[in-house]
Amino acid sequence: MTGTVRSLAAATPSARKQLDQLDRAWYIDKIVQFIVFASGISAIIFIVGIFIFVTKEGFGFILGAFDFAEFFGSPRWKPTSEYNPTYGILALIAGTASVTGLAMLIAIPFSIGAAIYVAEFATGKTREALKVLVELLAAIPSVVWGFIALSLMNPLIIELFDVPVGLNILNAGIILALMAAPIMTSIAEDALKAVPDRYREAAEALGATRWQVISKVVLPAAKNGLLGAVLLGVGRGFGETMAVLMATGHSINLPDSIFDSVRALTATIASELGETVVGSDHYQALFTIGIFLFLITFVINLCADLVVRGIGKV
Amino acid sequence: MFAASGLNSRNNRRQALIRILFMLMTGLLILPVLIILTTLLYKGGPAISFEFLFGNPTNGMTEGGIFPALVGTIWLVAVALLFSVPLGVAAAIYLSEFAAENWFTRAINLAIINLAGVPSIVHALFGVGAFVLFMDFGTSILAASLTLAIMTLPVVIVATRESLQAVPYAFREACWNMGATRWQTIRRVVLPNAVSGILTGVILEVSRTAGETAPIMFTGAAFFLPFLPESVFDQTMAMSLHLFVISTQVPGVPDELPFGVALVLIAMVLIMNSFSIALRIYLRVNKKW
Repeated sequence: MTGTVRSLAAATPSARKQLDQLDRAWYIDKIVQFIVFASGISAIIFIVGIFIFVTKEGFGFILGAFDFAEFFGSPRWKPTSEYNPTYGILALIAGTASVTGLAMLIAIPFSIGAAIYVAEFATGKTREALKVLVELLAAIPSVVWGFIALSLMNPLIIELFDVPVGLNILNAGIILALMAAPIMTSIAEDALKAVPDRYREAAEALGATRWQVISKVVLPAAKNGLLGAVLLGVGRGFGETMAVLMATGHSINLPDSIFDSVRALTATIASELGETVVGSDHYQALFTIGIFLFLITFVINLCADLVVRGIGKV
Repeated sequence: MFAASGLNSRNNRRQALIRILFMLMTGLLILPVLIILTTLLYKGGPAISFEFLFGNPTNGMTEGGIFPALVGTIWLVAVALLFSVPLGVAAAIYLSEFAAENWFTRAINLAIINLAGVPSIVHALFGVGAFVLFMDFGTSILAASLTLAIMTLPVVIVATRESLQAVPYAFREACWNMGATRWQTIRRVVLPNAVSGILTGVILEVSRTAGETAPIMFTGAAFFLPFLPESVFDQTMAMSLHLFVISTQVPGVPDELPFGVALVLIAMVLIMNSFSIALRIYLRVNKKW
């Protein structure tokens, strides 16, 4: 069919020129499709690339000096010891977990509360203004938060609680909570807004009060999205580097109280990588911590995605 | 006709109370940050001067200005944008205009979420392994910017995809019916209608990139380097790392200096974000369809 049309139309020179143009457009279309497809899968390539390159640098350690029980079970992180270097990250895990735990304890109720206010109570200009404000708060760089922890929170905590050092779990927990809350608020708000208005209308028609509508209808309907917001907050807490490095006091500790200084996994890499020799056990051990962090955050993000979008659905 | 019963007024009081409770929670979330920002402005404000912005750091970084760091940040952001904007926009075009709703597209989306969620220090490790060592760029602006570009790629992709999808489907159908190919449709109809939305995403990415510290620590940013970079293979100072260095690594820095750096950094980021938000609101208000 096309062939016949082609040979008939190609009889005149001007028609042939037009067909050439069509051909060209068709080829360009194919090339563009290929380019955008390649760009589309670049995200997958990068994620796989991150895993491969971080593993590649840390692999020698995993095969050599790595001892599973020591790595995860020992609180002694002494990579620079001359005679007997030990690579135990238990204290670092405890540091990261305690700071993230405290931060979530503060951030979860407040950010879900704020999300409920913005989505269900606030109207018009107030709502818009609050959303903009929350978005701006989320943009403050983490190194600035770290600096706030050092210069403002540190003296405040020393004075308020009469402790010798103000760089501790409490400080880092509050800073991390303030950092994570805006993001959690806006994701939680999206989840609440995604509940169809007819649910609310139906409940109100039955005589439910505002609070009954929220607690019995909206929150249960949005619970997956809210859980997703919480998980992303946890992931953010695990991965935060600069603020945690500057706020925790950076001393290796299995903490007893929130006034103890600790050290986080991420902060250890940030502070030590610059001093190591490429390829040394210490260098590779830091990359092994990187693999561990990558896998944890990958699993958390995967869970958040499954919770929000549902398992098995595309 | 209907007088408020006791039950009713009790209910009303309770509703008002709950409303105030949630308002308080929102306030407690936002207020501390506003207080902190005001304090930064108050303490850092006096440090800002012409010499501070356009002078070199002197006397072991305890005096002088931030010019090399400022220029370095601009270099890092510009080179990062060179990679991430074309790649991000093309990826968003694929996801919005070509991708089918299947497991493969979901995998791409999951990878995008993960790129945004992987800790910044892991991105730094990747940058060291892939760009500094494997591709042998050394610690340079190029290596640091590539690391930043990959890290902030999701910002461009998500913003672009949203603004492409905001272009009504009927526009595309009308164009296809005229015999245009998919690319002709995208180039002549979809992209022109989405370009301002894409711009908001790019501005957001600039602000994200300017503030990042961990990814550039080992890939291209230097602690102290009182020269301006001349090519992408040079190292450079950067605002974010400079703040970290003078507030933790250098003894005897007078108080107002790091406050000044923090203020300039935060002003850069917040101004760009406000601009992006303002543009978005303007677009929404002046929407043509």
